[in-house]
Amino acid sequence: MENEIQVPINSDQDIVTARQRGRLLAAALGFSSGDATLIATAISELARNIVRYAKSGEIRLTVINGSARQGIQLVAQDRGPGIPDIPQALRDGFSTSGSLGLGLPGVMRLMDEFESVSEKNCGTTVTTQKGKP
Amino acid sequence: MEVPILKQGAFLIATIQAALTDADLLHLRTALLQQVVRCRSRGVIVDVTSLDVMDSFASRTLREIAQMIHLRGAETVIVGIQPEVAFAMVQLGLKLEDVATALDLEEGLAHLKQKFESPA
Repeated sequence: MENEIQVPINSDQDIVTARQRGRLLAAALGFSSGDATLIATAISELARNIVRYAKSGEIRLTVINGSARQGIQLVAQDRGPGIPDIPQALRDGFSTSGSLGLGLPGVMRLMDEFESVSEKNCGTTVTTQKGKP
Repeated sequence: MEVPILKQGAFLIATIQAALTDADLLHLRTALLQQVVRCRSRGVIVDVTSLDVMDSFASRTLREIAQMIHLRGAETVIVGIQPEVAFAMVQLGLKLEDVATALDLEEGLAHLKQKFESPA
C-alpha cells in the first residue's frame, strides 16, 4: 500500500480519479465503507473547488500511522486566486460562484480536522484529516 | 461515460452505470430533457444505484433535471441512493428538496404509475 498519493487536478475527470483513489486508500486502511464514502465525497468537493476557482492544483492523500492516531490526511492545494475571506467561506450558505455554497463547511462536517490557509494570488491549501474510529 | 436512456411506455429510465464527471452529468441533463420532449414522456426515473459519491454538483444537477422536467409537466423520481451516500449527503448539507425519491427502480415505476395511470 502506498503511503502517499498525489493526484494532479486539472479537469473534472481528475475529480473522479482523485475520489476513486481516495476511496481505495481508505478501504485499504480499513475504514468502513461509510467512512470511505465520506472521505471520497470530501475529496470530490475540494477537488472541484480547485477546478472551479484555481483551474489546477493537486490532491494529496497521506496515511497517518501514529501510535495514538491512524487515519488519512487529505490536502488540497492550488496556486489560484486565493480565498479573500476564509471565515466567510466557512459559513454555511456562502458562495462566490453561484454554487450551493456548501463546499467548505460541508467538508468540515465530513472530516475530523480542518484547516485552510489562503493568500491572495498565491493559492489555497486546505488540510483535513479523518481518523479511524 | 454516456448514461443510457430507455423508453418504457410513457416513462423514461436513465440508469447511471459508473462514476460520472461533471460534463457527463450536464450531458445527461440535456439528453433527458430532449428525450422527454421527443417522447412526450410523463415520468422519468434516474437510477443512481451505482453512484458511490453524490457531491454538491451531482446533487444540484439532479435537482435541476427534476425541476426542468417538472416544467414540462412530467415528474422525476431518483431511485437507489445508497445508504452511505445518503449519510454523506446529509453530512454535507445536501438536500434533494421537491424531488421524489424511491428505494429502487420497481418502487419508482410504481410511484409514477400511481400518479399518471390511475383510473379516472
